[in-house]
Amino acid sequence: MSWGSPVIYTIVVVAAVAIMGVYVSWRAGRLDRLHARLEAARAALDTALVRRSSVALELASSGLLDPATSLLLAGAAHDARAAQTDQELPQSDLTRALRAVFAQPGFRASLGRTEGAEELLTELEGAAHQVFLARKFYNDAVAATRAARRRPLARLLRLAGGAPLPEFFEIEDSLVGTGEAAEGADMPHLTG
Amino acid sequence: MRVGLVCPYTWDVPGGVQEHIWGLADALIDLGHHVSVISPADDDVPLPSYVVPAGRAVPVPYNGSVARLAFGFLSASRVRRWLKEGNFDVLHVHEPAAPSLSLLACWVADGPIVATVHTAIPRSRAMLAAGPILQSALEKISGRIAVSEAARTTLVEHFGGDAVLIPNGVPVRKYEKADPLPGWPGEGGALGFLGRMDEPRKGFAVLLRAFELLAAQRPGLRLLVAGHGDADEALGKTPAALRDRIVMLGQVSDEDKVRVYHSVDVFCAPNTGGESFGIVLAEAMAAGAPIVASDLDAFRQVLRRGEAGELFPNGDAAALAAAAGRLLDQPGRRAELSAAASAAVREYDWPVVARDVVRVYEAVVPGAGRVEVAP
Repeated sequence: MSWGSPVIYTIVVVAAVAIMGVYVSWRAGRLDRLHARLEAARAALDTALVRRSSVALELASSGLLDPATSLLLAGAAHDARAAQTDQELPQSDLTRALRAVFAQPGFRASLGRTEGAEELLTELEGAAHQVFLARKFYNDAVAATRAARRRPLARLLRLAGGAPLPEFFEIEDSLVGTGEAAEGADMPHLTG
Repeated sequence: MRVGLVCPYTWDVPGGVQEHIWGLADALIDLGHHVSVISPADDDVPLPSYVVPAGRAVPVPYNGSVARLAFGFLSASRVRRWLKEGNFDVLHVHEPAAPSLSLLACWVADGPIVATVHTAIPRSRAMLAAGPILQSALEKISGRIAVSEAARTTLVEHFGGDAVLIPNGVPVRKYEKADPLPGWPGEGGALGFLGRMDEPRKGFAVLLRAFELLAAQRPGLRLLVAGHGDADEALGKTPAALRDRIVMLGQVSDEDKVRVYHSVDVFCAPNTGGESFGIVLAEAMAAGAPIVASDLDAFRQVLRRGEAGELFPNGDAAALAAAAGRLLDQPGRRAELSAAASAAVREYDWPVVARDVVRVYEAVVPGAGRVEVAP
């Protein structure tokens, strides 16, 4: 038997194909898991966005605020919740509206000890923070998925099938603004 | 009468509402009333003696664009203080449905309140969401004024009830006399236009086509244009030979604006739609300019169905050219139209309009007590 014999040749080819197959299916499985993670992150983000706009709407119609602020907040919250496609602008607008409302010096103190005010503000703070976290994790998942799908093998064999390339979700979500105060701040705490 | 006026937008930023309040305040003072205006204003901006600053307006997203508005409890407490010190017989708020100072004033005040609605705004679900709060503030308004039919329709649709129609005022005196710009109107005659060139509804394109038709037969004729917009873009399709005869001034100062009206033989208002009142038209009338205007309902009304200015079918460049051509050839007819326009515009002169507003004040004041801070 020599190296040139057909038997050896066949064994090598079969082995190579088998190894390739295992590798490809491992890569495909990984991509599948990444897509699943992405979907879960998107669902969490959507939930967080809806929750934020509902709590903002609740604050607007609570009677705790003056009518001008209520009207502003209700408008921004409604637009954010109603947006189907192109969510980024209305969601950023809601952040900016919330920021303008909460940035008033002494805002919290102005609400005084009104029944339920503290709970509502804390809930809104929590909801805004959830948006911040959910967006971070979603964009992480997008980055990982995009990197995996850019690999030559994934592109050659179209391992992702027909799934569209996921897009980053870019909005303003920090309630402390983009100035110095926001520097290094991970937690979008409301001021006042 | 002691009148408190509330301006929702920054005082020194140019805008129709601000100009209206300015004109009304001056006219009321001339009529012998005591006037105080509260308005958002930037620090360090010189204000007329009767304007009380309510602090800076904050840029916030509203209705799809970023607006500068004054809201929040700090603004509300400034309005409260102003009301206490002002001791007004009547409170007159402008644009009460905008989330700014006027809405706050309705909220914190009790007593006779008059409101003027300026713009037509589509009813939105956002307003529905804040409905109860908006409603309880707006319910306190006892006399409502709309500056146009469109604004009145909006008001009726949003909040029910009715409103008195009192048009925008024009400071006629300011426009009556001015020197033409140097070299205008010139031997060959001149047409004039004022408005945004890049806003299709202002109809600049219609005027350009008409000017091409006229210029072919009248070698000396020129066109004077004042207003915002990119000149190259606006003249894109105009033959190069004609461009020397079209003078673009761009955005002009208030004084130069008055001079533009006095610098032309025929002033053209070719608007194709969207004008609820036509402030430019009223200004041209105040300046005594012979006018050719499209036959929009609002224009037809202001020009008294053609007595105070020629009307042409909306969008018809050939008809505009024919009407303007006739006027260029007949100085007598021009003088007639000029006199008729000057007479017709008296109806919109601020002293006249302000008297109508005072009548509304007088209708709501009896029995309503004084303006007080709500408990």
